[in-house]
Amino acid sequence: MDWVKIGSAALMIGMLVFIYPRMRQAMKDSPKGSTEDWMGFVVPLAGVIGFVIFLIMMVRS
Amino acid sequence: MVGNQSVASRPIESVLSTNKVIRSTYQLLSMTLIFSAFMAYLSISMQASQGMGLVATIAGIVMLWFVLPKTANSASGIPVIFAITGLLGFGIGPMVAYYLAVNPSIVMTALGGTGVIFLGLSGYALTTRKDFSFMGGFLMVGMLVIIGASLLNIFFGIPALSLTVSAAVVMIMSGFILYETSSIIHGGETNYIMATASLFLSIINLFSALLHLLGALGGDD
Repeated sequence: MDWVKIGSAALMIGMLVFIYPRMRQAMKDSPKGSTEDWMGFVVPLAGVIGFVIFLIMMVRS
Repeated sequence: MVGNQSVASRPIESVLSTNKVIRSTYQLLSMTLIFSAFMAYLSISMQASQGMGLVATIAGIVMLWFVLPKTANSASGIPVIFAITGLLGFGIGPMVAYYLAVNPSIVMTALGGTGVIFLGLSGYALTTRKDFSFMGGFLMVGMLVIIGASLLNIFFGIPALSLTVSAAVVMIMSGFILYETSSIIHGGETNYIMATASLFLSIINLFSALLHLLGALGGDD
């Protein structure tokens, strides 16, 4: 295994260690979203997914 | 009377303050993106190796975690954010150089796609003024899962997992753009340097994930 892979793995492990306590805090502090709130997220996300599929098709053609 | 004036003027002050944070964030974000693109160009023209890119990325992330939070409330936060975005731009250079050699149109499409997604999502959050603070925990869990899957894939090298991770990155970073923009609008984020750092990370991750997806599924990889 080359050192770039070892360095990448070390970076990922560092990220996991750094993010884990912040994730727990965010889960504790975040308000609960209603169905309407989640729909407000799902609609633009569906737009992003559609747009990415369009870009892939554009590059393929 | 004075008390009534104070109560009445508070929302106006709050709106003005929010508008100032939004304006400053987008101004700083534009400048850091230009600087980052210049550093990526430098990295490509120097033919920087993957190892050099990794070292620059690690240095940028270490500064982001340990230096930026201590300097973001002072003027020294500006050179720090430029150093971070410059290092991350330099770090992405070898990957961009690879795709430029394979098919330059993929890089242009990913760049344009990232711009359209960012402007579209920011415009959506700014015009609807929806509060996306409920997504904080979900996005952090998603981020952790992505990092865990990426770590596993360094050792196993499964192409399907790599593509799944890139698709998930596009969705999670889209969520972060909505979350951060909403946080600025609703006064959750009042520091424009921290807001710039957060949006910059979403944009650069979105760009690299799109580049990977287009490179792999575009038929020329």
